[in-house]
Amino acid sequence: MRSFLPAYALETPRDLSTALDRLAGDPGEWQPFAGGTDLMVLLDAGNLTHRRFLNIWGLRELRGIRQDSDFVTLGALTTYTDILRWPQMQHEFPLLCRAARETGGIATQNRGTLGGNIANASPAADSPPALLAYDAELELVSARGSRWIAYSNFHSGYKKMDLRPDELIARIRLPRRAQGGRQYYRKVGTRKAQAISKVCFAGAAHIEDKRIVDIRIALASVAAFPFRAAKTESVLRGRDLGEESIHAAQHELARDIAPIDDMRSSARYRLRIAQNLLEEFLIDCSAAN
Amino acid sequence: MPEARGAIRVTCNVNGKTMKFSAFPMERLLDVLRERIGLTGTKEGCGEGECGTCSVLLDGELVNSCLVPAAQVEGAEIRTIEGLATGEQLHAVQECFITHGGAQCGICTPGMILAAVNLLERNPRPTEANIREGLAGNLCRCTGYTKIFESVVRACEARSGKS
Amino acid sequence: MPTPVIGTSVRRKEGREKVTGKARYVDDLKFPGMLHGVTVRSPAPRGTIRSIRFAEGIPWQEFTVVTAADIPGKNCVALIVDDQPCLAAGVVNHPEEPVVLLAHADAYLLEEGRRGVSIEIEPLPAIFSIEDSLARKQIIWGSDNTFQSIVVEKGDVESAWRKADRIVEGKYFTGSQEQLYIEPQGMIATADREKGITIWGSLQCPYYIHKALAVLFDLPPEKIRIIQMETGGGFGGKEEYPSMIACHAALLAWKSGKPVKIIYDRAEDMAATTKRHPARIRHRTGVSRDGRLLAMDIEFVLDGGAYETLSPVVLSRGTIHAAGPYECPNVRIRSRAIATNAPPHGAFRGFGAPQSVFALERHFDRVAEELGLAPEEFRRRNFIREGQTLAVGQVVREPVDMNGLMERAFNMSDYRAKRERFARENRGRNTRKGIGFAAFLHGAGFTGSGEDYLASIVAVEATEEGRVRVLAASVEMGQGTNTIFAQIAADALGIEYDSIEIAQPDTANVPNSGPTVASRTCMVVGKLVESAALGLKQTLIGSGLLGERYTAAEFADSCRRYIAQWGPLKSTSQYAPPPELHWDDKNYRGDAYGAYAWAVYVAEVSVDLRTFEIAVENFTAVQEVGKVIHPVLAAGQIEGGVAQGIGLALYENVVWREGRMINNQMTNYIMPTSMDIPRIRVHFKEIPYPFGPAGAKGIGELPIDGAAPAVINAVAQATGANLTRIPVTPEALMEALEAMRA
Repeated sequence: MRSFLPAYALETPRDLSTALDRLAGDPGEWQPFAGGTDLMVLLDAGNLTHRRFLNIWGLRELRGIRQDSDFVTLGALTTYTDILRWPQMQHEFPLLCRAARETGGIATQNRGTLGGNIANASPAADSPPALLAYDAELELVSARGSRWIAYSNFHSGYKKMDLRPDELIARIRLPRRAQGGRQYYRKVGTRKAQAISKVCFAGAAHIEDKRIVDIRIALASVAAFPFRAAKTESVLRGRDLGEESIHAAQHELARDIAPIDDMRSSARYRLRIAQNLLEEFLIDCSAAN
Repeated sequence: MPEARGAIRVTCNVNGKTMKFSAFPMERLLDVLRERIGLTGTKEGCGEGECGTCSVLLDGELVNSCLVPAAQVEGAEIRTIEGLATGEQLHAVQECFITHGGAQCGICTPGMILAAVNLLERNPRPTEANIREGLAGNLCRCTGYTKIFESVVRACEARSGKS
Repeated sequence: MPTPVIGTSVRRKEGREKVTGKARYVDDLKFPGMLHGVTVRSPAPRGTIRSIRFAEGIPWQEFTVVTAADIPGKNCVALIVDDQPCLAAGVVNHPEEPVVLLAHADAYLLEEGRRGVSIEIEPLPAIFSIEDSLARKQIIWGSDNTFQSIVVEKGDVESAWRKADRIVEGKYFTGSQEQLYIEPQGMIATADREKGITIWGSLQCPYYIHKALAVLFDLPPEKIRIIQMETGGGFGGKEEYPSMIACHAALLAWKSGKPVKIIYDRAEDMAATTKRHPARIRHRTGVSRDGRLLAMDIEFVLDGGAYETLSPVVLSRGTIHAAGPYECPNVRIRSRAIATNAPPHGAFRGFGAPQSVFALERHFDRVAEELGLAPEEFRRRNFIREGQTLAVGQVVREPVDMNGLMERAFNMSDYRAKRERFARENRGRNTRKGIGFAAFLHGAGFTGSGEDYLASIVAVEATEEGRVRVLAASVEMGQGTNTIFAQIAADALGIEYDSIEIAQPDTANVPNSGPTVASRTCMVVGKLVESAALGLKQTLIGSGLLGERYTAAEFADSCRRYIAQWGPLKSTSQYAPPPELHWDDKNYRGDAYGAYAWAVYVAEVSVDLRTFEIAVENFTAVQEVGKVIHPVLAAGQIEGGVAQGIGLALYENVVWREGRMINNQMTNYIMPTSMDIPRIRVHFKEIPYPFGPAGAKGIGELPIDGAAPAVINAVAQATGANLTRIPVTPEALMEALEAMRA
């Protein structure tokens, strides 16, 4: 335990409005603290440079999963366990369930939150590819009001995001029209469980006859942040699914991603596997037809 | 040197007893249990939430206590390994871990047992695949897991009246 | 007389405490006035210490600060040669080398202190690879970087090449491996200039620590006391390194006058303590066209890190195991342990054998392939038999049926059918399957004259209540030492298992029965337990207080009466080598071990060619181990060792940068989870070893020797890749397959 604990503040605001006032009063002074599964690891290693945190774990306004005809909306404090326990999730958004199930172990799933995962902005996060494949939107709230943005526009660089110092992620909503079609999720990690991904791939496609009417391809661990492989999607959209289009897409993917060498894996491996998963996804799509 | 801030008072329930203690707000629940309350049955293996050795049950859910700050256990119900047996009577999982080799050096054992207990409370008839997945967040270096599975399977049988 | 308990899975002595959280590990202890201690370490791999600076703003007057200048005796961690400093003085030779110790009552403030000490090093050129060390790019140890070299010769290898129809060469590498006991290392020390030093700790070898402290403090033996606490895994990682931590805690206690507790956190434990020796092994094998071994020429090099520590002994075991359970008339093994600027490598289950066995068993699959023989056929034609000699000249004086073990393993795993089916069905598939095996042996006990040198002693005493207590320095660290000692004593005395107690290993109370290492605890120390117990029985019978035949109650009663009449009743037994066991240290020939366990392991894998991930789907472990004392505990040793071997084969990669392990977190050093290890099937064959307790041999290290080559041989079948380096990570497999296609 390498941090000087007495230097850290963790205050518990009694409700969301109080929390937002705090954030507004001293912009950048306070950072939100949800389940702690990322921040406490930094604290233990002596690497938590920020000192003042707002304990938002108990804010009821940020919990719960609701559905209406257009959206399924998850509170930012929805845990992976909450996702797995919501009765319709497996049917409606199976990729998100896959991601939740492969995030850490049971103990991590009980405490890690979707909002925390998004805001922590690890390039290797497991849920973001599923969220991107589902065209997720984020509601960002502050004392000044709230705004919705497409999650695909949220990250702009390594740990750089469209989140102002006085804002909190409040809700994540998934359009129900994003369901259906062929869906695919695969996380390739360092082992079968409790693993950080080397490549994480989520795909969703609508195929009619052989034509790719719509396709969404999202990846993590192969760039500075989780993202939609837009170039690859455009090479495929409107095209017939077959060996030729698959190879073209794999070729384009190499231009979409920017994998690195690190202590877990190599750039070469990540590129190759990303291309292989893309192929597996697309073959999966054509097999279904 | 950074400026020191104050401790907070926390009240929660541990193994059925009300506990009141002072702690730093970011103090790990693991250290609260071991140092403040004196329950040393919960162990530290890695301090990074990877090994599950420090697992406890927090409001009925399995958590890594090295990742839970003291400020967040206000009013919570916590169950540690010390709260599992009823007096002299061991829980079926504990008993089976002894007889079927689920514990060797014992350091991962408290967390592993709580994870197994939690699994069985949610799913009284798990398949071996369920057990593997349920315990995947608890690392064991001694057993190679085979006898842990066996212990959990036998505990299921014992609880459902078979065996 | 109660039913004998040897051979049954009695209730563990240590069980209840462990499952209730009551077992006391070192970090569970707290002493009044206790301080916490930390170590400030070298940031550089090699150089001279220019300055040690203490940052402003920290209340240093509250801290206890210790450097090399504070050491009362000799600044070394005494082990074999005294080259490793306890605290670096003037120069550093590896990253993480301890330089300064700090203590304070407030653990959090202590970390501020650790951050506040800067050690400035004037760098010297450092070396990090076996190649650079052998090439003497820098001389960093002794005159030529060599800790030890060994030559084993049998027959005449050079003249045998001419007779060979085929010569097959291969080069193999094994990486470092972190023991990763789940309980990090830790010690508590109290020190008093009058009374001496007491240590409580997580450890395998109380008397190693005892010796190290005696040298560091220049104190007589009776002023030093080492007490083993419940130990959460060791696997060799707590064989020698705990002496370093005990020395550090004791120095801080000595200077501060208070008890001091040092507990390593995981990052520090992984980066600073010992790991498995990386190895480079070269094979040159001459065979006849009908698949008989004619000549084996083996070069075995171990990277020992910056100081000698145990490298000569690791080298020794690795060397002796390098030629395997095979009969070959001409063998030469040239081995060397060399220095690099990494933290010293040390003991880890198998102790050199996993490295040399991996190379041999991979190589023999290749030799078989070159000959056009099935790998099992090549083994069958060369398995050693009773009466033949191993490479070091040891005549095998026990019945050994390697072929029988192999057939048993093959039957249990359906090897032949699967091998054929996989070969047939793999074509064109994205998931390829493979099945492979390894055949090997493991010698139990210290090598050669080692056990004579240890001259271990065990005592068994009766208590006033009529119970019996075993006094030994062997520790329980998961293997069930206390349970099997109690079983052995109970059966030797003919009394109830429950009336046997095992004393906590405390050097004030227990004799030196040697370290808990080398697969010796059951076979060697257990034998002494047996004979000491028999001695106790003889004393009672000889005194007339006990008849030749008696009940358990009569036994207890006679103990009580003896003690009331004559005083303490204690029987000791000291190691004597089995007759006809001769080892020539000078020429490295003779009887290396009293007994060998023999094994054949079969691994089945599936390989996903899309991701190059390898999964072990099934594993079968068949071994002959003498008498199995406790079936559940024995199987547990095999299963645990196999899991560690699977880790060594596929997952556990130490990433080095300039001599430092940079993936020193459990997030990035990958140990298998419950999802990565299949059910492991275990079968024991039992041929009693006359000099083991009830016929038992040692088994602790055996399983990790052969697991990795079995797995890699299976991967080789699945993919066709000639894999020569472990761990085979998916990245490594991808590179190997791409190289094949090119």
